[in-house]
Amino acid sequence: MTRFWTRLLVVLTVILGVNYVAWRWMASLNWDAWWIAVPLVIAETYSLIDVMLFGLTVWNLKIRKPPPAPPETATVDVFITTYNEPLDLVMTTALAAKDIRWPHSTWILDDGDRPEMRQLAESNGVGYVTRGADWTPDMPRHAKAGNLNNALMVTSGEYLLILDADQIPEPDILDKTLGYFNDDRVALVQTPQYFINVPADDPLGSQAPLFYGPIQQGKDGWNAAFFCGSNAILRREALMQLGLVGYVKATEKSVRRALAASRSAIKKARRSEEARNPLVEQMLNQVEAATETAQTELEAGASLSEITYRVRRKVDEAVRTLVAADFSALQADLEEIAAMELAHVGESGVTTVASDAVDRMSGRDWSPLGALESVHAVLDAISVERTDEAQPIMPLATISVTEDMATAMRIHSLGWKSVYHHEILANGLAPEDLKTMLTQRLRWAQGTMQVLLRENPLVQPRLSWGQRLMYFSTMWSYLSGFAAVVYFAAPIIYLTLGILPVSSLSWDFFIRFIPFMVVNQLLFVVAGHGIPTWRGQQYSLALFPTWIKACTTAARNVWFGRPLGFAVTPKARQSGGPSWSLIRPQIIVAVLLAVALVVGVARLLTGLSEPLGTLVNVAWVAFDLVVLSVLVKAVLYKGFVPEGAGPEDVGPERPEERNADAV
Amino acid sequence: MQFSYEVKDSYAEVKSVGRLNMVAAPKLREVVNEVVAGGSSRVVVNLAETDFMDSSGLGALIGCLKAARQAGGDLRISGVQPQVKMVLELTNMDRVLTSYTSAEEAFGDD
Repeated sequence: MTRFWTRLLVVLTVILGVNYVAWRWMASLNWDAWWIAVPLVIAETYSLIDVMLFGLTVWNLKIRKPPPAPPETATVDVFITTYNEPLDLVMTTALAAKDIRWPHSTWILDDGDRPEMRQLAESNGVGYVTRGADWTPDMPRHAKAGNLNNALMVTSGEYLLILDADQIPEPDILDKTLGYFNDDRVALVQTPQYFINVPADDPLGSQAPLFYGPIQQGKDGWNAAFFCGSNAILRREALMQLGLVGYVKATEKSVRRALAASRSAIKKARRSEEARNPLVEQMLNQVEAATETAQTELEAGASLSEITYRVRRKVDEAVRTLVAADFSALQADLEEIAAMELAHVGESGVTTVASDAVDRMSGRDWSPLGALESVHAVLDAISVERTDEAQPIMPLATISVTEDMATAMRIHSLGWKSVYHHEILANGLAPEDLKTMLTQRLRWAQGTMQVLLRENPLVQPRLSWGQRLMYFSTMWSYLSGFAAVVYFAAPIIYLTLGILPVSSLSWDFFIRFIPFMVVNQLLFVVAGHGIPTWRGQQYSLALFPTWIKACTTAARNVWFGRPLGFAVTPKARQSGGPSWSLIRPQIIVAVLLAVALVVGVARLLTGLSEPLGTLVNVAWVAFDLVVLSVLVKAVLYKGFVPEGAGPEDVGPERPEERNADAV
Repeated sequence: MQFSYEVKDSYAEVKSVGRLNMVAAPKLREVVNEVVAGGSSRVVVNLAETDFMDSSGLGALIGCLKAARQAGGDLRISGVQPQVKMVLELTNMDRVLTSYTSAEEAFGDD
């Protein structure tokens, strides 16, 4: 029944929304003030698309029945990822993981490589994994994705339960979820992330009831339930397949690139001084011929291992010939020196020969190979060993700081299914101060934008349209920062300058706008079953500087290779007084809104503004201020105090966690 | 799963019998590392009696290929059975590895 009402409301929202926004574009723009009129109508269009994507999500809401019993032979590795969390926090989770009823192996994946952690793990009978010898300092580490990829190579369970260090699992977490894998196309089962250290009014917006509810259930309906990094069970086979496909892709790409680069390196080497040496020239010819053959074979579809092996062999041969020739030259030199030495000794009895000989040797082309270093470097890259990564097989995606979303999208691209299991089976800890929370949100947003820019879901050929739009929907929601700026600016501009972005605030406007807003809000109420969504709505506007920063830094990172430049999530609750400086842009906006209120009323009293326009914009400003007020609460929040307990001054950290769309 | 190896004139042959899956994969890596460490960096993994392979098994082969290449040699596969062939195609791994009909033929060209 709810499904019927939800769908009816989706249809109504779309019809009324398109009706309103189309009218706004075609008949209501105040072109005299285009500089605010156009941004506003674009922001409104953005919001309409956002709501339509939400409607699409809940259209297919999937309420699952409990899965069948899993086969008794299913083997599971439980991974607890940690970097620098307090040892007792990790051990609490590890011991709870050990107590999971279904037979399994528990592993602490300690990226901090802490001896005390190892000792604790061993004395408690828990496995301990840290990066292997292949992860040399010059290899990219890929944070949590790298940590998991490393562990995948040294364990062998059929399924992997992934837990952040502070996510304490229930003993029945596997009994309740493994059965979904009886469908052998299922690769992922995600359960909610729920936080136990959050007061009822959730000042930092940590809980994401809309995401771990209608949104994930809706995505599930489109076979696009997301992997959220923790509290999820994955099928090893799917991950390994992902790793293999990625390996082949990366290898082919790097071989092609290296072949192209070797051509230009050879061309450059030919122009160098050393190439005048006929031996070097001959070697260059051989190397060039080898790369040309390789290129031809590549186009003809020969296997990469054969191609690279042959190139390597031919180049090695050419080098050997050259070195051998060099040695005979050296031999000749030595004989010459010996002859000179005799001569010198004969003349003066003083051996001034040595320096003379060194000069002569340095003067000639002593090591033609050295001069060809650039060629050599390029040839080394013609390989199947994936020398730019610590291990050739990297199952978890490393294109983004939020490896979970990118990995899930690739899993779906390979045709696997995912499941969202709507039942809290692990209890976690959320950040307890604004700074940590902001750092975390920034990282999720940056990661999401990286995925959008690197692997845009809309153009992934093997995803269904439903899946594409489900991924796109989450990415789209992170663009809300730009719309928020316009929503703050428009009423300020009207109240202070009297400039209205709409041609007139008439009956035409209200008859279109109000029904749209009403059904829109109704849709949230019905689809959310009365879940509190207000906190999420507030933060999606109030954190506009974070969202904008995420977009700009991710774009610079993807397009220009600049570092994302985010700070590591702080280890514990930040001490000291309230940190108002964290929300300086929002404070400035709030002050401007307040000033606009006063000016607006003054203009009304002096007859400079219309009563209706002033009323609408005053209401709008009031709404904006209520939205922003959440931050006052957030700044003043002193951390979680459990009922009946004393104040807790140090909150646990949670560096690697993600939980929500910026809905 | 069972692995055995034999060092021949110009290469070493590793025989893999049974199911080369996630459980056997680490063992294969061990065996090949042992062979390479023993001085035979030209390795053929004979899959004629491997009736099942999963992605972890294939992943182990890639790890072994890397080890052999870094030791200056190569790793090749032979005697691929239909299921294994399917897995190779499914993951595009046939773009990387050539399957030779027999272990003798694998290093036949050099």
